[in-house]
Amino acid sequence: MIRKSLFSLLGTLWAGAASADWALNMPRGVTELSAETYELHMMVFWWCVGIGVVVFGAMIISLFMHRKSKGVEPATFSHSTTAEVIWTALPVVILLAMALPAAETMIKLEDSRDPDISVVITAYQWKWHYKYQDEDIAFYSSLDRGSVEARPKNSGIDPFDVENFLLEVDRPLVVPKGAKVRLLITSSDVVHSWWVPDLAIKKDAVPGIINETWFRAEQTGTFRGQCTELCGKDHGYMPIVVEVVEPDAYLAWVETHQQDGERVAASQ
Amino acid sequence: MNDSTEKKPGNDSRSLTGKLLLLAAAMFGFGYLLVPLYDVFCEITGFGGRTNTVAESSQENPDFSRSIRVEFVTTVNEYAPWEFSADRDSMEVTPGKMYYATFTARNLTDDKKVAQAVPSVAPVSASGHFKKIECFCFTNQEFRANEERAMPLQFIVDPELPEFVDTITLQYTFYDTVRVSANDES
Amino acid sequence: MTTAVAEAQDAHDEHHGPEKGFRRWLFTTNHKDIGTLYLIFSLIMFFIGGTMALVIRSELMQPGLQFVHPEFFNSMTTMHALIMVFGAVMPAFVGLANWMIPMMIGAPDMALPRMNNWSFWILPVAFGILLSTLFMEGGAPAGGWTMYPPLILQTGDAFPFLIFSVHLMGISSIMGAINIIVTILNMRAPDMWLLKMPIFVWTWLITAYLLIAVMPVLAGAVTMLLTDQFFGTSFFLAAGGGDPVMFQHIFWFFGHPEVYIMILPAFGVVSEIIPTFSRKPLFGHDSMVYAASCIAFLSFIVWAHHMFTVGMPLSGQLFFMFATMLIAVPTGVKVFNWVATMWRGSMTFETPMLFALAFVFLFTIGGFSGLMLAIAPADIQYHDTYFVVAHFHYVLVPGSIFAIMAAAYYWLPKWTGHMYNESLGKLHFWLSTIFVNVTFFPMHFLGLAGMPRRIPDYSTQFADFNLIASIGALGFGISQLVFVYVLLTAKKGATATDRVWEAPKGLEWTVPSPAPYHTFDTPPKARIAEEAFE
Repeated sequence: MIRKSLFSLLGTLWAGAASADWALNMPRGVTELSAETYELHMMVFWWCVGIGVVVFGAMIISLFMHRKSKGVEPATFSHSTTAEVIWTALPVVILLAMALPAAETMIKLEDSRDPDISVVITAYQWKWHYKYQDEDIAFYSSLDRGSVEARPKNSGIDPFDVENFLLEVDRPLVVPKGAKVRLLITSSDVVHSWWVPDLAIKKDAVPGIINETWFRAEQTGTFRGQCTELCGKDHGYMPIVVEVVEPDAYLAWVETHQQDGERVAASQ
Repeated sequence: MNDSTEKKPGNDSRSLTGKLLLLAAAMFGFGYLLVPLYDVFCEITGFGGRTNTVAESSQENPDFSRSIRVEFVTTVNEYAPWEFSADRDSMEVTPGKMYYATFTARNLTDDKKVAQAVPSVAPVSASGHFKKIECFCFTNQEFRANEERAMPLQFIVDPELPEFVDTITLQYTFYDTVRVSANDES
Repeated sequence: MTTAVAEAQDAHDEHHGPEKGFRRWLFTTNHKDIGTLYLIFSLIMFFIGGTMALVIRSELMQPGLQFVHPEFFNSMTTMHALIMVFGAVMPAFVGLANWMIPMMIGAPDMALPRMNNWSFWILPVAFGILLSTLFMEGGAPAGGWTMYPPLILQTGDAFPFLIFSVHLMGISSIMGAINIIVTILNMRAPDMWLLKMPIFVWTWLITAYLLIAVMPVLAGAVTMLLTDQFFGTSFFLAAGGGDPVMFQHIFWFFGHPEVYIMILPAFGVVSEIIPTFSRKPLFGHDSMVYAASCIAFLSFIVWAHHMFTVGMPLSGQLFFMFATMLIAVPTGVKVFNWVATMWRGSMTFETPMLFALAFVFLFTIGGFSGLMLAIAPADIQYHDTYFVVAHFHYVLVPGSIFAIMAAAYYWLPKWTGHMYNESLGKLHFWLSTIFVNVTFFPMHFLGLAGMPRRIPDYSTQFADFNLIASIGALGFGISQLVFVYVLLTAKKGATATDRVWEAPKGLEWTVPSPAPYHTFDTPPKARIAEEAFE
């Protein structure tokens, strides 16, 4: 296993920028807001790089120029009101430039009006329960068998041989492309958190409290996430899979699942 | 600022130590004071989705220009032996008018049980505007063995509900109060 | 002049020298002894907590479970954090305060020597209790150092012991803080005005006030957990009308100032060291003081930025986002002032200076990721991922811990009377700096790519960076043995002069090296104090 990852490590270094896109940075995601979040992230990142270049640049120049071994006589200045005013005021302006777009995105994120679908998500130690509000569909979603078999200590199964190790569930959440999906998130026991990076949604599931959030996926595909609030021993084993499908496929899916009538007593 | 230290450390130190100890004790108290402060804060802002709001009057000025969808979500905590659901999943309401909704709960055991329903409202900006006039969540509910019971809720949605809210979700979590203090996980 | 003082003190020592054997250490009320005890204790805890970190990193070296079970893994992350925060970083700074503050302000000892003894000896008891939970039924606490209910209430027999040990740590810190405040306010040498105090003393004064303000709040919060569990209250139990989120608010009301408790003294240390080795006065001494006070104040109104995903109203999220971003301003002032101190100085690069410079570089990187985390919509993506782990380790390891290392090398000759082995010190520095980056830098990528924190196992796509981080952690752990070796051989080097370095400022350099058991029995003359700062 070590050899395998060492090889893939070398591979990554070799491939460099090609594979860097997924490995090094936040995903751009598949919703309007995930893209906005990504842009915010990159904007602040580049501001930091810029400030870093100036500050570290000055420091590095100083480290090389102003050393005793070069026979520099130390200056004696110990303050400069002008400089101090500038480096107090300038950051305030930069911060405003960051804060305003962030606030705009924040406001959009909170606007959960006019949903097309509402799904109630209830977290359990250690699985998720999804209930579609307007359809007669409700089911638990837990770690897929392949991962369950491979996960114990000394299972003898190489995780690299398991497809989507620890990121696959038995029944995914299925939603149609382009629909506004409102999520109502709560918990039955301890605090959990529902996160899918590509949807840029992370919301805590708190017992006794219902939280609301939403997303509108603009691409079809399978998007994976995990529980992100420590919730006990199997915290690392409650993945989330969201399948975004074409609206027709969604309707077909709803039909077959309503016939199954998978309702669970605990949710009623 | 420019106090030169000609003082005798002894007495001075004792009184300063006393004051600092008092400050520490006061901050311990402040930790506890945060509890009621938090409740007040929640009441005002709807923080945490708490809805302890009880309406004073039973009728406010209805605002017929708006229609709000109220959805009901029911949760049973930690596999407690209850069946609990809303009789209907949602309803359309006019702000300012009074409405009734019924929930049904059933004790699945052969013993007497006490339950407590805990309400929560989403989105948070709506929770201060969802007013309950009568609710089974105000008190503990006693159930005989296998008893099934309908439980009423009487509510008004405040006409001052913010413009950007068109759907309110009311959630009840059903707790078995006997289990609350029991620590049976290991 | 100095020699005369030294002789007088030597004579004095013959009468009131330290006791012999363990009684010296158990009953000591001498600030130098207690400082040493704190520093040794913190070093031991650093290694215990570090071993736990290595357990974590070994398990995470490759996907699949190899060494431990998930429950034990969670215990390790929880205990690692508690031990490093309350056992390693905080006691190390208290130890430095004990050793240096009386000597920096010209006081004979701490103001409350007996309380000083107590506040130290409570610590081994507290951590003895905490470590004993590893052997209890149900295992050590595994709910995270943040102790969020209801999860923490699922802890086994260890639960009341966890709470009790947190109480003891709190009492110890509060007593230590009171002592430091009283010493600074009442025992300064004549003519040492508040604003003339060295920056290290200043940052500790502010830190001590923070401690008194927030440690009791933590004590209150954990007491509520205790009564919720055993005495039927429902502070955080939804069933009884409580609210689990309220714990998070109270905890972070303590927790965020706590972050600054661990970094402000580090700012102080670095602000002492950089001027010495730049041979130039600290740039903007007063604005450094104002910036530290400003950071301390802001730390009380930003706590909910740890909670952007719990479901706060929009107005709350916006407020906490703006307030958090504001912290970048005074922090920026500090960094700019350090750079301005170096600018046109005449620098040399002894080990303490190297650690201080690495502090400025790497703490600033941690500050940048902190700024990114302040942006609420982006924080929704970063929250509880390895990005956060990378962020707080950057401010705590090459931040606080590097500052502690720098302080140790800086004042070691004053403590022992001998120069430490400079080449080994430099070796320790370079190994630590390289490995700390190898360990923590890849964690940024892991977090952005979607790896949550506190998980014992992960999907195969995260394998490469985890492997790198684990190798780095192992390297960092081994490099610290160099530090231990340097400490053990600290007395073998050349005899140190009283000033030790070429151009240090401050009263501690006016006493002999090693500093005699009792210093400044009579307050230093104003003129000496003046000279020390000219």
